[in-house]
Amino acid sequence: MTYAQAAPAETVSYATADGLLSSVWLLVAIPLVSATILLLLGRRADRWGHWLGVAAVGAAFLLGLSYFLGLRGLENRSVQLSLWDFIAVGGLHVDFGLLFDPLAGVFVLLITGVGFLIHLYAVEYMAHDERRRLFFAYFNLFIAAMLLLVLGNNYVMLYFGWEGVGLASYLLISFWYTKPAAATAGKKAFLMNRVGDAGLAIAIFIMFATLGTTQYDEVFNGIGALAGGTVLVLGLLLLLGAAGKSGQFPLQAWLPDAMEGPTPVSALIHAATMVTAGVYLIARSNIIFSANATLQLVVVSVGALTLLIGAIIGCAKDDIKRVLAWSTVSQIGYMFLGVGLGGAAYALAIVHLLAHGFFKANMFLGAGSVMHGMKDQVDIRRFGGLSKYMKITWITFGAGWLAIIGMFPFSGYFSKEPIIAAAFEREGWTAWLFGGAAVLGAALTAFYMTRLFVLTFHGPKRWTEDIEHPHESPPLMTIPLVLLGIGSLGAGWLLATSVPDWLTTTAGLGTAEAHHDAVLPHWAIVVLSLGVTVLGAVLGWFLFRNGTATSPQPAGVLVTAARKNLYTDAVNEAVFEKPGIFLTRALVYLDNRGIDGLINGLAAGVGGGSGRLRRLQTGFVRSYATSILTGALLVVAAFLAVQAGWLA
Amino acid sequence: MSDFPFLSVLTVAPLVGAVVVALLPRSRPTLAKQVALGWSLLVLALSVVMWVTFQVGGDRFQFRESYPWIPNWGVNFTFAADGIALVMLMLIAVLVPLVILASWHDAESSKRSVPVYFALLLVLECTMIGVFAAADVFLFYVFFEVMLVPMYFLIGSYGGHQRQYAAVKFFLYSLVGGLFMLAAVIGLWVVGGKTFDWVALSQVDITTGAERWLFLGFFVAFAIKAPFFPFHTWLPDAGGAAPAGAAALLVGVLDKVGTFGILRYCLPLFPDAAQWFAPWALGLAVIGIIYAALLAVGQNDLKRLVSYTSIAHFGFIGVGIFAFTTQAGTGAVLYMVNHGLATGLLFLVVGMLIARRGSALVSDFGGAGKLVPVLAGVLFFAGLASLALPGTAPFVSEFLVLIGTFTVNKPVAVIATLGIILAAAYVLWMVQRTTQGTLNPALTEIDAMKRDLNLREKVVVAPLIALILVLGFYPKPVTDVINPAIQATMEDVGRTDPAPSVDTVQEAIR
Repeated sequence: MTYAQAAPAETVSYATADGLLSSVWLLVAIPLVSATILLLLGRRADRWGHWLGVAAVGAAFLLGLSYFLGLRGLENRSVQLSLWDFIAVGGLHVDFGLLFDPLAGVFVLLITGVGFLIHLYAVEYMAHDERRRLFFAYFNLFIAAMLLLVLGNNYVMLYFGWEGVGLASYLLISFWYTKPAAATAGKKAFLMNRVGDAGLAIAIFIMFATLGTTQYDEVFNGIGALAGGTVLVLGLLLLLGAAGKSGQFPLQAWLPDAMEGPTPVSALIHAATMVTAGVYLIARSNIIFSANATLQLVVVSVGALTLLIGAIIGCAKDDIKRVLAWSTVSQIGYMFLGVGLGGAAYALAIVHLLAHGFFKANMFLGAGSVMHGMKDQVDIRRFGGLSKYMKITWITFGAGWLAIIGMFPFSGYFSKEPIIAAAFEREGWTAWLFGGAAVLGAALTAFYMTRLFVLTFHGPKRWTEDIEHPHESPPLMTIPLVLLGIGSLGAGWLLATSVPDWLTTTAGLGTAEAHHDAVLPHWAIVVLSLGVTVLGAVLGWFLFRNGTATSPQPAGVLVTAARKNLYTDAVNEAVFEKPGIFLTRALVYLDNRGIDGLINGLAAGVGGGSGRLRRLQTGFVRSYATSILTGALLVVAAFLAVQAGWLA
Repeated sequence: MSDFPFLSVLTVAPLVGAVVVALLPRSRPTLAKQVALGWSLLVLALSVVMWVTFQVGGDRFQFRESYPWIPNWGVNFTFAADGIALVMLMLIAVLVPLVILASWHDAESSKRSVPVYFALLLVLECTMIGVFAAADVFLFYVFFEVMLVPMYFLIGSYGGHQRQYAAVKFFLYSLVGGLFMLAAVIGLWVVGGKTFDWVALSQVDITTGAERWLFLGFFVAFAIKAPFFPFHTWLPDAGGAAPAGAAALLVGVLDKVGTFGILRYCLPLFPDAAQWFAPWALGLAVIGIIYAALLAVGQNDLKRLVSYTSIAHFGFIGVGIFAFTTQAGTGAVLYMVNHGLATGLLFLVVGMLIARRGSALVSDFGGAGKLVPVLAGVLFFAGLASLALPGTAPFVSEFLVLIGTFTVNKPVAVIATLGIILAAAYVLWMVQRTTQGTLNPALTEIDAMKRDLNLREKVVVAPLIALILVLGFYPKPVTDVINPAIQATMEDVGRTDPAPSVDTVQEAIR
């Protein structure tokens, strides 16, 4: 290959898997087989199906852990494995191949670890649903697809898993498909994701057209040879895919609607794992993104904008799951900010992603526990004072709350503050712009999450009349809550020490970046971000400690806009949905009347013409005989002419 | 085993079966069905043997047989199969038994003879096999036209609402295309030295003007058959009126004769004209992808909806053929196979829904998943295959078409890629309006709607689902068969794949 000399100083190479690591495919196979069994056996698996689902993910976690530990002794700390030729046509070769390295490894642990706890929780949460077995089939299918996404060793495998998780997400959002809102939300999620998927697909086409490959190592080693414009287009298309999957601007609208799915789904797919796939994609492709400064600026802008959009809308929502959903949008904005900043911030974004996986899953499951005790009520204006009734949920949710607002010593402090600090390390005024956005986002996060926490667990009771004694959830639900709560407390500290180091040195995550000094000293950034967090939290606490009105109140321009998702849904409807529907109707009309009308008109014309021709049919045998003779003579003459070669 | 006259036997066998079935008394419908099914399974078994016998990487055309027919005109019964024909023959052999099984009760509702219905299906199989196996241009033309006859009766005698109108329209439209082809066939015979043999004709030099006219003659016939935009309006009518099984064969196999014909006749015989016309063909194909997908979104009749999705899919096949790269070409042929499986399944399962409801209108359904969960699940699966989700076979073909096209024509590939968003729209909206949401109370009053898939129906859908999944994960056995034939076709056209170039996107941006 001729472009090798222009590649970055360090070429990317992966060792071939052997020994224990050669069985890494089991990670995908186990949950896939489990899902297949549950789908095929149908009702026969009703009694034990959910336990099979839990066991499959548990086994995957244990395997993942042993693979992760198995990486330690290896050079490059990465292995790849080709299972079979997926596509081999002409110059195009796509392996059905897997790659296990620290980046994939931490995702595997997050997906199977948090996934296992949420599966366990769902056994109880879905106990009264007659389709629980099916739920676990879809849940396992999701785990398999998500693991394929992070384990693939080329972009086509990633795409394979990428659309696979989209399918699982669709199935689970619209799990209660008889609810029109759930069916619509599932479809919306799939469609908006497909917009991003189209971008990702075209990015893959560009890789093949320019570099002749879709394998990670070959693409990364070839990036240096590509022109700046090509890298920019390639990166923007990848970003489009990432934005679709991760609910980032302008494709964020589907994520809050996805809360129509059962709460364990919101916790696992729409908070902890799938929606962070966009961050994975950018981190995995860090060599592409680091190669173009404009591209990084776009990623940073998308991240900063989305983190503010999510935080502003989060302040105005009253549905507990939607507040959490918008906070997910906002927190992933922080991760995009991180991966956009590049350099050491890649690893920081991954650390925040892991910490977020714990505390957000924790809070979603906590919300599910609250709904479980409150007859599926989701309106936080109808909660209040639950700390006395649901002690475990209260304490664990509290840990999640302190973690997300970034309070020392909870995990969010260790994972978010470094991203804010890194934003202040950009050049010139952009440091103030993006650093400022990150700090403002932190203040808003503290405010709306405190509002959520206080309105749910403290202050006066504002329950609907049918609720008398809210109860704490059974142990199968509270044990995962406790474990995730401990994770919210401790994970960040653990992660902030060893993992970034490991990711940076071994996954090649952002090494050769120019380093700028921050525009503020580091202690000032710490004080600033902690200060606005406390300010936001105190404000939230005092505004809502006495509860709130239980019906919508008139509000100013900003609050009204926030309640309406900053009019993003209205824009989608006006720009895409309505013109789209009009277009299809117009085309149906055109096709029936225009194109088909033309054809039928032609036929009618022929019919009319033959009506006139019919008058030639006189009924006299002698005139027919003459016609036949003339025709026969013509045919023979033509044949002879051809035979004699006159026409040839 | 390679000396066995596979192709002529495979062509004649269903015809013999059809005669046997047709001669069975009208009072013994079940016997007729069983004989027809058994016969089609024998054809399948023989096809499997042929598939195994075919030497991948061997001669381009294998199993060649030739018998004189009209020596004066140089017409022979010549059969031969390359990889492209082989996969299509296999598709026919797989689909026909499943369609027979799926149509078990379809003919009973009409006043016509049940044995004749199944005999017609076997006649159709004979003509379909013949048209793909023919290696003599005149023989191909004969099968191309005769193929219309059994389908005409299947639609016109056993179809649903507006069947007469649809059947006549189908017949006349195809016939008009066939006339163009007849003129071109005769012209080819004249300029080609009075032979109809494909191999001989492919070596003839034709003047530029004549080549373009002959190309057009064939192309119009194939574009109507495929059908490409704007020659497509007969398909929704025919697909909407045909019984579901016949519709599955119509869209799954019959229409592929058009795209097959382009690959076998238009490209190798008129390579320069093919390249000259390629931009126009690409334009029509890519318009078809977007246009038909939008129309599919707007349909309220399930069978018409599926017909429009097929027109969009044929657009992808057209793009793949006229991009002239091995990936796109192999993808196009694989698409023909996968579309036969996926849309065949979709038509059959839609037929099962319609048979239960007694209506094909989407608006007459709603929430049906509550009543028939397995049927709804299979419908959803067929939809996923139709929108080319990875893991299902159509993903591989769509991906190959798009990536192969992108290397030579970026705008067309990018617009075509937008088609995957629309595909998600028409599939998911159809699924939502039929099986999701609140249960339509009218459905609960129909007893048939309370019966989920029975064993016969499960046996029909299971092989298709299995094939779609297996080829979705491991398409290599099929691509390896197609690939050499496509490479040979590309050599005929004189095109080679562009080497990867780091400047290619930069140029496109400028």
